[in-house]
Amino acid sequence: MKPGWIAALSLAALLSGTTLTLAQTLTIATVNNSDMIIMQRLAPRFEQATGIKLNWVVLEENVLRQRVTTDIATKGGQFDIVTIGAYETPIWGKQGWLTPVDDLGDDYDYADLFEPVKNGLSYQGKLFAVPFYAESSFTFYRKDLFEKAGLQMPDRPTYAQVAEFAQKLHDPTNSVYGICLRGKPGWGENAAYVTTVVNTFGGRWFDMEWKPQLTSGPWKEAVNFYVDTLKKYGPPGAAANGHNENRALFASGNCGMWVDATSAAGYIFNPKESKVADKTAFTNAPVAKVPNGAGWAWSWALGIPTSTKNADAAKKFVEWATNKDYVKLVGETEGWVSAPPGTRKSTYANPDYKKAAPFADFVLQAILAADPAKPTAEPVPYTGVQFVAIPEFQAIGTQVGQNIAAALAGQTTVDQALQTSQTAVERTMRQAGYPK
Amino acid sequence: MNAPLSPATAAAPASAATAPLRRKPLVRTGPLLAPAVTVLLLWMIVPLAMTLWFSVQRYNLLDPTITGFAGLDNYEFLLTDPALPTVVLNTIKLLGGVLLASVVVGTLLAVLLDQDFFGRGIARLLVIAPFFVMPTVGALVWKNLLMHPVNGFFAWLATSLGFRSIDWFTDLPMAAIVTIVSWQWIPFATLILLTALQSLDREQIEAARMDGARGFTLLHFIILPHLARPISVVVMIETIFLLAVFAEILITTGGGPGQATTTLTYLIYLRALLEWDVGGASAGAVLAIVLANVVAFFLVRTIARNIDR
Amino acid sequence: MTNATAGRRPSTFSYILMTILGWTAALVMFFPIFWMVMSAFKREIDAIAVPPLFVFEPTLENFAAVQSRANYFGAAWNSIVISVGSTILGTLLALPAAYAMAFYPGRRTKDLLLWMLSTKMMPAVGVLVPMYLLFKNAGLLDTRTGLVLITTLANLPIIVWMLYSFFKEVPGEIIEASRMDGAKPFQQFAMVLMPLALPGIASTALLSIILAWNEAFWTINLTAANAGPLTAFIASFSSPEGLFWAKLSAASTLAVAPILVFGWMTQRQLVRGLTFGAVK
Repeated sequence: MKPGWIAALSLAALLSGTTLTLAQTLTIATVNNSDMIIMQRLAPRFEQATGIKLNWVVLEENVLRQRVTTDIATKGGQFDIVTIGAYETPIWGKQGWLTPVDDLGDDYDYADLFEPVKNGLSYQGKLFAVPFYAESSFTFYRKDLFEKAGLQMPDRPTYAQVAEFAQKLHDPTNSVYGICLRGKPGWGENAAYVTTVVNTFGGRWFDMEWKPQLTSGPWKEAVNFYVDTLKKYGPPGAAANGHNENRALFASGNCGMWVDATSAAGYIFNPKESKVADKTAFTNAPVAKVPNGAGWAWSWALGIPTSTKNADAAKKFVEWATNKDYVKLVGETEGWVSAPPGTRKSTYANPDYKKAAPFADFVLQAILAADPAKPTAEPVPYTGVQFVAIPEFQAIGTQVGQNIAAALAGQTTVDQALQTSQTAVERTMRQAGYPK
Repeated sequence: MNAPLSPATAAAPASAATAPLRRKPLVRTGPLLAPAVTVLLLWMIVPLAMTLWFSVQRYNLLDPTITGFAGLDNYEFLLTDPALPTVVLNTIKLLGGVLLASVVVGTLLAVLLDQDFFGRGIARLLVIAPFFVMPTVGALVWKNLLMHPVNGFFAWLATSLGFRSIDWFTDLPMAAIVTIVSWQWIPFATLILLTALQSLDREQIEAARMDGARGFTLLHFIILPHLARPISVVVMIETIFLLAVFAEILITTGGGPGQATTTLTYLIYLRALLEWDVGGASAGAVLAIVLANVVAFFLVRTIARNIDR
Repeated sequence: MTNATAGRRPSTFSYILMTILGWTAALVMFFPIFWMVMSAFKREIDAIAVPPLFVFEPTLENFAAVQSRANYFGAAWNSIVISVGSTILGTLLALPAAYAMAFYPGRRTKDLLLWMLSTKMMPAVGVLVPMYLLFKNAGLLDTRTGLVLITTLANLPIIVWMLYSFFKEVPGEIIEASRMDGAKPFQQFAMVLMPLALPGIASTALLSIILAWNEAFWTINLTAANAGPLTAFIASFSSPEGLFWAKLSAASTLAVAPILVFGWMTQRQLVRGLTFGAVK
């Protein structure tokens, strides 16, 4: 009797690894971005092929992060697969909260993934989440407005040129604003963008002793430039505009230029969603003094918490959702312009994709250029282009973002805002026990 | 925490409540009170104890290497925060603003909807409808569809009337949030005050009219005194809910610009669910409980007298 | 809506004036909801159009998009279970307590009442992590049972309070008289008090259902795929990338519709009950 039971159980265990398994269920937490919505739409094919049932928890970014962090840090075990960003992955990998995903099989072709994207999702050389799509930042601009004003956008504009263009394009009586930039406070909103400006002006968050540098020359110069430009040539309410608000503004034809995520390109080029699909062109992110860190590096990735009981099935799903065949599947069913960008060399070698996505080469350049290990001119003790990959950064970035938004709203001067920020960051870092 | 609201007083509810009945042995209230009191006691004491415990610990959810007894460090960190006075002031502004709006507008609407006019029943339904809308939905609709400075309805209204569109969340962030939250809570006030008005003795009003009382005089001497008690109820119940408001702030301004709309609850939200500093957030929660009890002590005491009148 | 309700016939002038004022107020208050429902039937590009479109060709594509991505009916069912379940449980717990406090008050009754309210003042955001750990250990994460429990606890003080106020309204003499007739406490409660206080109990229940329906912190943070109610459903449509006003409006309309219809149907009950003893 007993041996029989054990045999039956081990047989069941064996079977659970195969497609013959009785309904196995995976719970996937993901963000409500368009690429993920496509994944959800295509997922029934995976369910049919494997017999694994999928449960979806789709949430907006803030709520998702809050929900997933609570669960993974308390080992709640509610999710088998989580969608996380380039910021969390190395931190959580270090804590041992994520299962390494460098064993998805030979067919997965790890060499096909872009090196900087892979590096951003690794801790000590181990990959802890597989990239679903990756983005950098670059400049969107309205070629019709540029033509009308007799302007020519260079391949690699400087911030001085951008300010000049913005002045010429600014036409508030017709609801066309020279430039739209992120102003809404948040570590993933204005702080992310402003960090890239600071980078290219030659500034950094911390020196090698983890001393905050927010009152240094490059910070003052960069933030003054950002606040001036956006105040003079930006849309009203710029201090409340995040990525989404600006995307809507640009898509409805209210912005002359917009420096933001490359992943928005597919959307701006979709005539069903955008009024300016045939009027938009793009170029590299503007630079000031140094090219480092002018464009950011971000990816959304799929990770498997160590608290899951279904790691094997979960690996099957993340393999399916990020391999070459998936990219092809999206290209063929949804149109190549919607294929998940920025992760695989093969996508950018595909003539169908290049034809459908005229921005492909710029995106490729931007992603390869954004090196999280060398975000600015001077050496730094951290990694991350538009963030600092330490747990405290969400707090720091949000505080600093709020102070910059206050300067943008005219409540304080830039110098005051940076001074307040410096004090706040020093406090937080001291509380967290830095320098370590 | 102050005495009247502390769990200590509730620890002996059964004996306290039954005391007068021993003289008049009619019913034992202990068993009747026990279920509600017990669950509320657990509901209050378990999280409260955990919060107090965490508030003296170094505990960051994202960094398990930070551990140990923190003493009063978390409190010191919180109380020396240069933003704290602004934050407390913002909490009072939000609370006061919304309470004022719901009492004043609520009273006016209640008086108006008590009058006889064409289609009054439908008008009443329309006025109370916002109370049924989820706070997050309300905030999103106001932020995007109405108050957006370029594509919003108000911007269009202002520009087509020849004004400049107001940049709500930059120039008047607190006013914008007070407006949104008031919109959600005015119907509640209206509903309660309207009911109270309907119970007002019509003959009394008629008599006052005969004596020549009109409009303001009528409102001031007859209607408002009658509404004192329901207004107290509105103030008390709304206070409790308003102290917990944070979703509306998160969605619209994220506490900014600067600290312009960061309230205490929102600050705790930042500490707890953005920084994952459980120790710091717990210290903030303890401070919030203390402040809420102070508010409650003054507010509820005066109001409770009103209610029991 | 007839003149019968008023003691005397108002002058035509004031009748017209009140009609104008009343309807202006009603339309202003209702406008955000009206605009949301309108936007739900627009294409995304029309939803952000300036000047705003009042006349447009209505489309159902947003509702189709919403339903294809999320299980509306599942979420709505969870909302119903949670709000009705927590209301029943909360009322059962609160009835005896409110009864005891209203009819057999002690020296400490008022303190007890205030203390109950003060339990609602603890900021939920500050105790998420402790509660999450408790829920995890009790196996209540992502279960409707867990959500019914926590919503019950969150609303219990309000329910006790309202019931207390209604019971206070019932003239003590009636209870006294039934006591003289030899009625036991339970009989007093069931035969005498309940019929009198029923409207109050009903409207307390209605308010509790509305509050539970709109509770958006615990219901989002303690659920995953199984028990998520409409608040979690909304969280999957707020601020995604790109234009989302129309889809958000559609999702919001769907999320708000059941409780709005319910609230309107029971409005008369709600108005009658929500008096807190103001009616004498």
